[in-house]
Amino acid sequence: MEKKVKKVDIIFETALDTSPLDVLDKTLQRSADDIILELIDSGLKGRGGAGFPTGLKWKFTKNEDSDTKYVICNADEGEPGTFKDREILDRVPEKVFTGMTICGYVIGAREGYIYLRGEYNFLLKTLNAKLDIFNKALKDRNIDFQIFVKSGSGAYVCGEESALFESMQGFRGEPRNKPPYPTVAGYNFKPTVINNVETLVYVAMICRIGAEKFKALGTTDSRGSKVFSVSGDTPIPGIYELELGMPLSRFVDEFGDGDAKAVQVGGASGHCVPRKLFADTIIGFEGIPTGGSMMLFNSSRSMYNVLKDYLEFFTEESCGQCTPCRVGCQQLLKGIEAVKRGERPPAYLDEMKKLTGTMRIAAKCGLGQSVGNPFNTIIDNFREEIIY
Amino acid sequence: MSKYLVNLKINNIPVSVEEGTSILEAAKKLNFSIPTLCNHPDLTVAGNCRVCVVEVKGAKLLAAACATPVSEGMDVSTNSQKVRTSRKHIIELLLAEHNSDCTKCFKNGHCELQDLSSEYRVGDHVFLDLVKPKDKIQDISSPSIVKDDSKCIRCQRCVRTCTELQSVSALAVINKGDQQKISTFLSKSLHDVVCTNCGQCINRCPTGALTEHNYIEEVWNALYNPNKFVVVQTAPAVRVALAEDLGFEPGMRVTGKLVSVLKKIGFNKVLDTNFTADLTIIEEGTELLKRLKKALVDKDENVALPMMTSCSPGWIKFQEHLFPSLLNNLSTCKSPQQMFGALAKTYYADKINVKAQDMVVVSIMPCTAKKFEAGRPEMRDSGYQDVDYVLTTRELAMMVKQAGIDFHKLEDEQYDSILGESTGAAVIFGATGGVMEAALRTVYEIVTGREVPFTNLNIIPVRGMEGVKEATIKIKNVKPEWSFLEGVNLNVAVAHGLVNAKLLMEKVKSGEANYHFIEIMGCPGGCLGGGGQPIPTSPEIRKKRAEAIYAEDASMTLRKSHENPEVTEIYKEFLGEANSHKAHDLLHTHYKVRKRY
Amino acid sequence: MSKIDLLVKGLVEQHGKTRNSLMPVLQGLVQQERFLSEEAMLVVARELDLAAAEVYGTASFYTFLDTVPRGKNIVRVCKTITCHMKGKEDIVNAIENTLKIRTGETTHDKKFTLLTANCLGWCHKGPVMLVNDEIYPDLTPQKAIEIIEEYATLNGH
Repeated sequence: MEKKVKKVDIIFETALDTSPLDVLDKTLQRSADDIILELIDSGLKGRGGAGFPTGLKWKFTKNEDSDTKYVICNADEGEPGTFKDREILDRVPEKVFTGMTICGYVIGAREGYIYLRGEYNFLLKTLNAKLDIFNKALKDRNIDFQIFVKSGSGAYVCGEESALFESMQGFRGEPRNKPPYPTVAGYNFKPTVINNVETLVYVAMICRIGAEKFKALGTTDSRGSKVFSVSGDTPIPGIYELELGMPLSRFVDEFGDGDAKAVQVGGASGHCVPRKLFADTIIGFEGIPTGGSMMLFNSSRSMYNVLKDYLEFFTEESCGQCTPCRVGCQQLLKGIEAVKRGERPPAYLDEMKKLTGTMRIAAKCGLGQSVGNPFNTIIDNFREEIIY
Repeated sequence: MSKYLVNLKINNIPVSVEEGTSILEAAKKLNFSIPTLCNHPDLTVAGNCRVCVVEVKGAKLLAAACATPVSEGMDVSTNSQKVRTSRKHIIELLLAEHNSDCTKCFKNGHCELQDLSSEYRVGDHVFLDLVKPKDKIQDISSPSIVKDDSKCIRCQRCVRTCTELQSVSALAVINKGDQQKISTFLSKSLHDVVCTNCGQCINRCPTGALTEHNYIEEVWNALYNPNKFVVVQTAPAVRVALAEDLGFEPGMRVTGKLVSVLKKIGFNKVLDTNFTADLTIIEEGTELLKRLKKALVDKDENVALPMMTSCSPGWIKFQEHLFPSLLNNLSTCKSPQQMFGALAKTYYADKINVKAQDMVVVSIMPCTAKKFEAGRPEMRDSGYQDVDYVLTTRELAMMVKQAGIDFHKLEDEQYDSILGESTGAAVIFGATGGVMEAALRTVYEIVTGREVPFTNLNIIPVRGMEGVKEATIKIKNVKPEWSFLEGVNLNVAVAHGLVNAKLLMEKVKSGEANYHFIEIMGCPGGCLGGGGQPIPTSPEIRKKRAEAIYAEDASMTLRKSHENPEVTEIYKEFLGEANSHKAHDLLHTHYKVRKRY
Repeated sequence: MSKIDLLVKGLVEQHGKTRNSLMPVLQGLVQQERFLSEEAMLVVARELDLAAAEVYGTASFYTFLDTVPRGKNIVRVCKTITCHMKGKEDIVNAIENTLKIRTGETTHDKKFTLLTANCLGWCHKGPVMLVNDEIYPDLTPQKAIEIIEEYATLNGH
């Protein structure tokens, strides 16, 4: 076993000999089914965090009988600790466009949209300029597919795919009931593939380098590599593309400041892993999956403040429609404050842990369902810091 | 069109239901009741309160029974430990943001949240109180509706009602997260926004967040005041619904008991809005014939056709806000409630020798918009406010209970005379299509001298719960003075619920529609589904009330407004002829352009 | 026709008279006006044939579609965890002292509104702030003040 994390250069690689358009031209020679098979074979799972197999998602959407279908690139990157999609769109947008166009070809869509979070509006100008060139290239090739950008306006929950559709349709970004899933009824209630920015780039790259090379990286459950957003108490914060399936200890050796007491894997909605579990925690779908956010905390940090910060975030960013999430988040936040002030006994933390059990299974969308991740892992591992 | 059958198990009992059925409906088939709050039979599925969660074997998440369609082989448990724990948590969470001052609440005893918490025994709930002090300040600006945000559980039934059934959207969900709430535009008071006062939101609010602006104490005080002569009028739809609030099943007709209880409560005279409903038909029918004559004989292009009914004050305000360019199409007739008020404090006061200023007119209405209507500045033609207080059917039921009267044991009594006599044509005002049917019974007979060509006078095409109904009646063999109507196809349309009214108005506005006469009722089902009627409401309940209304009509000897002897009498003695100068002074009104934006 | 009327009409023409256009229209308005006034929301509602409350309900869901008056420049300091750890408090204090307002407030001359924001997506370069659509990473209190002062002079008097 290697001692160091394996750094990879697929996403940001800019080979001089093959442009994204070359990849596109080559890929569109193939049949849709062939492309789907290769994606399934590659084992590529969604890089937004949920990890649904990309090839299957495309297959389901392709099989829907509808004149109108859509490809949506989810660039509503709002998870605290995540900033890789911004970097990708800034540095290699053509690869994203290419992934979207391949998707459009495979499922039979004529329109693609990039839903860009409002916080990244400064990217709009260059992104649109590059899109104009790309869209023109598509027209020149008689490819019946065009890509547009739609902006968000500051709402974390719009990263949830059905909330994102609602937002695009001019409504409050409130997640829908499921089923139906986006593959059946997504944007404008038409069959829709919605993929994370990074996923679409991997699609383009798998089409270029082949599934085998991609599969050679990672583990059985977590094929390939992934872009990590590294922040917090680290001397080298930034964006890193790393092979999946590494133990967290190796990651901390590489990126920690020598004093790491915990790593929050997967952003505010992810899991907090304490030092004692670093060696046993695998970063990947078999261990702790992540949309790429890795936040390191050293021993100078109060985990009470960390948790409070997260809970404030969720209390504000819950869409507010379902009871478990709207009221649950407020209860968790006020609850730890009450325990801290001594207004509720420490045992109240256990009542709240039970509440997160209900939120996990009864909330309407992933936001409310996952608030228990940071809550329970921080309470379980840093109980004293919360109480005293 | 047979649908695919899906087989599943609920609590280990197999059941087959049509594809697309929700778990909630499937469970109902097996008589398993699953609690709900945001779900309502009149509205689209929201799935946001989450109290209806159930466990589906093999699924990581619980499913909202209202929002989850059944699938083949599903194994559902509606009462597992997981379900119970979650459901209890959810109820406790709702209570944490709910101002639980139940004993002081207008909805005490009629609250779905109260029922649920009592069912689940959440008395010792542990969560922290989240009610915001500013939410405890009620919005009492509207004469019809009181909004209390501290009671709101964000189920959004009101928002869906206001949008889906009424296409008004006075209420919307605003903000997000812990700040999310139900609000008007820029949180203005209800009085200052585009609200029609229809009260449909109240009918569907599970808690005390939306209630009627009640005037129960004011009415008791009037009754206790020895210097006041208090008369009461009762709307047609009240007699087929009041019983629901007093322990009877929907669809019970209690006209005689209603009169009896009002007398026992102490009203000096118990009179009937149905009397002025008959009068409305004479005035409105005449107005229609005049407009038709102007259009067909005088070729007057300014005459506003189609003419539209004006009995429903929610509809009137809707039109004033949304279609001010069509205000001339509204009949100038006041609603029966307001005709009654104006006559009570003039003609009737004189007759019984009571000074108008000593008279208090109370109406019992299925409607909250009537409270607003009574306060309109146009409604003072007697020199006083014509109708002093409007109570909903629900408020009356509360008064009955407060008076300690055993409604079940009451003997039937008759309305006082005069202003108490009515026909079957008046009682059907309470159902959608009723005003149209009543008008046609009279107008056709005036014009042809014969009864309308429908078996037993029942004009079936304008009855029923379809959103928009249309009918055409060919007028043949007319009397000589109506020769201009010979062979005319009279096109009529009926809509109920403002969402349907809007559809129809857009057609009229675009010139696509070719109607002569349109009846619109603001509420689903007409007045029988009014915002002041007993809660709950549903299509089935409204259907039963409608059946009761038509049964009441069928049971009456007189079934045509022009045969009401008191109506004949009042024209002879007081008004002169229909649409006379005096009639115009007292029985007709005008409308006001209001802003939508 | 008022300025807002013209602006909305232009935006509706550009994006189409459908509900799907609501977000771009509101965003276009905020781009120009920094917030959605009562008049603006009413005009949008009229032009898209929506109820005013629906427009307000939608707008108020989104943090960047402000429905209360804002200054010409909106400063949003990221308050989420990493920026918090890296000293966003000091940045906020420095700006508050410079502008003589507290977070949430607007200066008397209506030039600046100071707000905090949830994660802006620059956790590796915190603390960070947005001024309107421009991003300023790796802040120190001194740097933040300089940026604010630059905006103050840029916009003239």
